[in-house]
Amino acid sequence: MKNLRLKFLILLAAVGLSAGARAAETVKVGVLHSLSGTMAISETSLKDVLLFTFDEVNKAGGIQVGGSKYMIEPVVVDPASNWPLFAEKARQLLEKDKVSVVFGCWTSVSRKSVLPVFEQLNGLLFYPVQYEGEELSKNIFYTAEAVNQQAVPAVDYMLAEGKKKFYLLGSDYVYPRTTNKILKQYLRSKGIPESDLVEIYTPFGHTDYQTIVAAIKQFSAGGKACVISTLNGDTNVPFFKEFANAGLTSENCPVVSFSISEDEFRGLPAKDLVGHLGCWTYFMSIKTPENAKFVGDFMGWLKDPKVTGVDYKVSGVDPKGRVTCSPMNLSRMGVYLWKQAVEKAGSFEVDKVRTALIGQKFKGPAGEVTMQENHHLVNNVFIGETLASGQFKIIKSFTGVAGEPFSSKFLK
Amino acid sequence: MTEMISSPAISRREALVIALLALIGLVVLPCLNAFVPSTSPLHVSNFAITVYGKYLCYAVLAIGVNLLWGYTGLLSLGQALFFSLGGYALGMHLMLKIGKLGQYQSDLPDFMVFLEFPKRFPETGGLPPHWIPFHSFWFSAAAVIWVPALLALVFGWLAFRSRIKGVYFSILSQALTYAATLLFFRNDFTFGGNNGLTDFKFILGADINAPSTKRWLYIASGVLLLAVYLGCRWLTSTKFGLIQRAIRDSENRVLFSGYATGRFKLFVFVVSAVICGLGGALYVPQVGIINPSEMAPDKSLEAVVWCAVGGRGSMLGPVVGAIAVNAMKSYATHAFPEQWLYLLGGMFILVTLFMPGGIVGVPAQWRAARARWTRKGEAAGDKGTAPAVLESATKEP
Repeated sequence: MKNLRLKFLILLAAVGLSAGARAAETVKVGVLHSLSGTMAISETSLKDVLLFTFDEVNKAGGIQVGGSKYMIEPVVVDPASNWPLFAEKARQLLEKDKVSVVFGCWTSVSRKSVLPVFEQLNGLLFYPVQYEGEELSKNIFYTAEAVNQQAVPAVDYMLAEGKKKFYLLGSDYVYPRTTNKILKQYLRSKGIPESDLVEIYTPFGHTDYQTIVAAIKQFSAGGKACVISTLNGDTNVPFFKEFANAGLTSENCPVVSFSISEDEFRGLPAKDLVGHLGCWTYFMSIKTPENAKFVGDFMGWLKDPKVTGVDYKVSGVDPKGRVTCSPMNLSRMGVYLWKQAVEKAGSFEVDKVRTALIGQKFKGPAGEVTMQENHHLVNNVFIGETLASGQFKIIKSFTGVAGEPFSSKFLK
Repeated sequence: MTEMISSPAISRREALVIALLALIGLVVLPCLNAFVPSTSPLHVSNFAITVYGKYLCYAVLAIGVNLLWGYTGLLSLGQALFFSLGGYALGMHLMLKIGKLGQYQSDLPDFMVFLEFPKRFPETGGLPPHWIPFHSFWFSAAAVIWVPALLALVFGWLAFRSRIKGVYFSILSQALTYAATLLFFRNDFTFGGNNGLTDFKFILGADINAPSTKRWLYIASGVLLLAVYLGCRWLTSTKFGLIQRAIRDSENRVLFSGYATGRFKLFVFVVSAVICGLGGALYVPQVGIINPSEMAPDKSLEAVVWCAVGGRGSMLGPVVGAIAVNAMKSYATHAFPEQWLYLLGGMFILVTLFMPGGIVGVPAQWRAARARWTRKGEAAGDKGTAPAVLESATKEP
């Protein structure tokens, strides 16, 4: 009996000591990305890069607020590509875990699903994936490319290359629909006649592109034509196969895709896309010291993933064949912008951080970004040519393009 | 065998259990949410109430599936379609009630503005004509019932008239829901495409995100579940229920006894669709979104899994299964975000291998195992009966 009591006391003392031994305080941060289901293939990379960035911040001393250091403690949840579950998990992170900020969402529908939750509970969400715009919530910061930071520069480039006919092809959901609507209006304002604009949508997972490719071949017969593709995911494989089979190449009819980044080439055969174009605010092949450090450190971290300074177990990281891409870079930018804003505000309170975020600058792998009053970034835009290795060769860059979510403001 | 054939009226014990569960679910939990300060350990958080409300709606869907599968032998893999249709019917009303609070400060729902509906439907100012009656709450509430019912009637009539049964019926129902998913994904179909309907603000004039509204929606879901439970319990204990189970066990015999089994099946199919639709209608305001992925075939399959886990063929089984599986999913996606699928998968395997009667079948299984064990102890020679006892105890509740 006595022995048992003694043991208990020792245990208590041990717990007390270990609690006292925790040097810095922690701040909880939510990670809301699907780790299972259809979106897992894309979103798991974002979870990895976020954990990597938290580790980076913690290693460098954490976040300095009011004279004390806070280590970032991740709270990772899996909304499982299920949109109602996204809302439930968002509510759980804000209400139960009381996280200071959430980094998450890939699809627009997941963002739409959590938006009311963030607005009701006054949370803070950083959204990192190119999207259609037409939305501005005071509780969301969009580090993502807006349409005028991706589609418009790409079309400008095509016009400069002498292209006169545009075939707009997309999967049937809101991002392609909105992007193409904006592009059509934009191209009309540049004097492209209605007859030289085609807009076509195919359902998710569509595999039969024979008819469409035949139509493109006819469309491009006179030359000076290009395809603007917002096709999503797997659908790209049969499309590009059919495209090549029909004798179309990047020479006679280039395709600019907005939804294919380096990370997608882990699942897509890059050799079918060689020479076709991509347009993002970051490519892995960018040559800056910041990017070399980002890529190098991330690859090193993948081999031994951990988050320094907090009691968080990292698991499920696959180091094989990994790359970096724009949504990953923008996720990381979000963390640094938030950190700077918190330090400037001297508080984790959402209202104070929101105010401090505006005007925050950060020099990232693709150059300096600035958070604007409209919750979108000023960022550099690059056009890249696909190589057989699944990388992009940068052929054109636009500096300091200010993101604007509402097309009515940049279309005159 | 006797329990299976005689109509199982509600026993005293069952009535007691139901009354107790209803009291806790419908009175105690909401009171703990509303009146106990959030600092108290007894407080039930707003988050918990919304999540519980969602589980209750899933339980309603599971009862709908089970009424077909467990009681009539029709394995429909398309019940999530009726669930979603109910959800869409109410969701349309909620979309129209957002008013000018959307991104574009327009009376039209946001997606109609950016898809340029005013150009497509100029005579109504952009609102597709079939959306107009959904301004009325009562029309939408009625649509929650008649839309799934009508679809079930037409589909069921065609299927049962052609004597489609067994696995063919399952495949057809799955094809139906898949086709509907593809249709609803299309932006031209005027129901919001992939994004579906979301960002609701008001229901019956109340702020849809207010804790009190969430609480009432939760209570409404509980009342619906109780009503559906009692209704189905009653239906299956009548002579009708007897024929229903006879169809499940041997449809040809029933047919040759002079019953038009097709009509019975059609009736049950329509009833089940209405139940699912009602569940979906209460689900949507609580989770805040309805989109076509809710009617994808895997959602219907999930509901079938809940029934199997809880125990099909008993009325309580699907309720237990739906709540248990979803509660576990909610817990595990947060506690073990990387491993939860293995956990859930392991649970399914465990249930299929060792619990043929599902969770609610465990006590009977336990009793049977004990009976077998004691009998073995008493008469070591008597070998034949013991497995039979287990089988009859686990096969049917």
